[in-house]
Amino acid sequence: MPVADPLLEVRRLFKHFGGVVATDRLDLAVQEGGVHALIGPNGAGKTTLIAQICGEVAPDSGQILFAGRDITKLPGHARVALGLGRSFQITRIFSGLMVRDNIALAVQARSGSSMRFWRPVAAERALAEGADAVLTGLGMGASRDVAAGSLPHADQRRLEVALALACRPRLLLLDEPLAGMGAEDAQAMIGLIAQLKQRTTILMVEHDMDAVFRLADVISVLVGGAVIASGAPQAIRDDPEVKRAYLGEEETAI
Amino acid sequence: MRLRASQLVLALVLVAAIAFPFAAHALGWDYYVGVMTRVMIYALAATSLNLVLGYGGMISFGHAAFFGVGAYAVAILAQEGVTSAWAAWPIAVAAGAAFALVIGAISLRTRGLYFIMITLAFAQMLYYFFISLKAYGGEDGINLAARSRLPGLDLRDETTFYLLVLALLGGCLYLLGRLAASRFGAVLRGIRENEARMTALGYPTYRYRLVCFTVAGGAAGLAGALIVNQHGFVSPGLLDWTQSGTLLIMLILGGVGWLYGGVAGAAAMLLLEEVLSYWTGYWKLGLGLVLLFVVLRAPGGVGSWFAQGNARG
Repeated sequence: MPVADPLLEVRRLFKHFGGVVATDRLDLAVQEGGVHALIGPNGAGKTTLIAQICGEVAPDSGQILFAGRDITKLPGHARVALGLGRSFQITRIFSGLMVRDNIALAVQARSGSSMRFWRPVAAERALAEGADAVLTGLGMGASRDVAAGSLPHADQRRLEVALALACRPRLLLLDEPLAGMGAEDAQAMIGLIAQLKQRTTILMVEHDMDAVFRLADVISVLVGGAVIASGAPQAIRDDPEVKRAYLGEEETAI
Repeated sequence: MRLRASQLVLALVLVAAIAFPFAAHALGWDYYVGVMTRVMIYALAATSLNLVLGYGGMISFGHAAFFGVGAYAVAILAQEGVTSAWAAWPIAVAAGAAFALVIGAISLRTRGLYFIMITLAFAQMLYYFFISLKAYGGEDGINLAARSRLPGLDLRDETTFYLLVLALLGGCLYLLGRLAASRFGAVLRGIRENEARMTALGYPTYRYRLVCFTVAGGAAGLAGALIVNQHGFVSPGLLDWTQSGTLLIMLILGGVGWLYGGVAGAAAMLLLEEVLSYWTGYWKLGLGLVLLFVVLRAPGGVGSWFAQGNARG
């Protein structure tokens, strides 16, 4: 493993809801570059961990460091400004807006203050051009003048990722990017992520083991709120503890 | 083409609105100049609620508080000897905005039904505060000895006052139109569509919603300053929750999220009141039926029948 400071570091993170411990003194380090996949059975605490990394849920104790900075107490929007972009498991796009206007809002977020009340936003060519550049780069240029809500499901998922990408994140957090996709669309999404990992570091939660083993450079296995193993895909596949705790039932499939 | 048609309609309405008091005077209908002034003041109040509800997506059930605070600011200042509109009206706006800032800062931490209830609770607190304010009339309210003084304009003249209210309403609508099309307006639209995504794009959504709420409070304060001048009187009733309800009904009638929804709704409701109450004391029954019809058959409000520019798309 490289010895450089990790881009994202989670230290002794702890969170409980009533009597249920969701995150149990969890340690995680995500190095810059490549895809780091986070896997684990249902109820392992992946969702709660993501929520804490993004600032939606405050941990009881422990630390989250991003690019060497302690962001544990930082509100969600400020983390995004530092370069932590995310996509959601449940698609969160602006359904009533055109696809281009969806991305334009992301471009606007990183190009100066939006506490501006006078000048029409439509007159800011840079926003539309920035949005078009993002869409063209993802092969979505043709649907830019379509209402986002009327896109087919797979394209809505792509827009979901595009919105996160338009923030120009240093770390792109993908929460189940293949959720609800058919085989063909899933292949296209895997292709897209493979392309994105050339540009940015990706932390991905995904249930589709095929996708995980094809894309990931590092895999961390979350069980019972703690990381029980972290390493290269081959090492994870051969790890007896992982097999016992998680992969057991799918052993033959891998 | 459609844009041009709507601009033509707008110009015609504006010309008619300017000509109205002169025509009414010539025809001996002076009474209706006051009626229309009242319609425009309520239109401004409903429009300020439209900024919160239609553009900001926040269902505030306490908007009359800021309307009433603006009215009280003018009346209290007048009792203390400050009768200049240049001083009292900006203070009314500032008071409306200040109360909205404080109430909003607390209320906006809640969502949905809780937001509705907490804004209602704050408004009722202010309602009871003014009831207990014996120095300024308590339950009975206070009279405004004379309309605010504005150098060069005699506001006691109904036509002059009408035209001033028209100018203020027009100015506020223009500003709201600019705001809706600006960067700030785009952020509000995004928050209304999907707040979690806006946070994930890096927008501090709380701040934007609070600014929206505060600006609307200021505009409602201005409407309050005008209504106390119109009536020459203000009582705690102006802050009651039924007033907040009236503003909501106006907006639903006119079209939530449509720039002119507040104007259309205030005109529809107050003129309906004027006409129906001529026939029957139970005019609210008629209003209820009309409201039912609008909600069931034209959920976009009366404006949606002839306007395409609905912000709700």
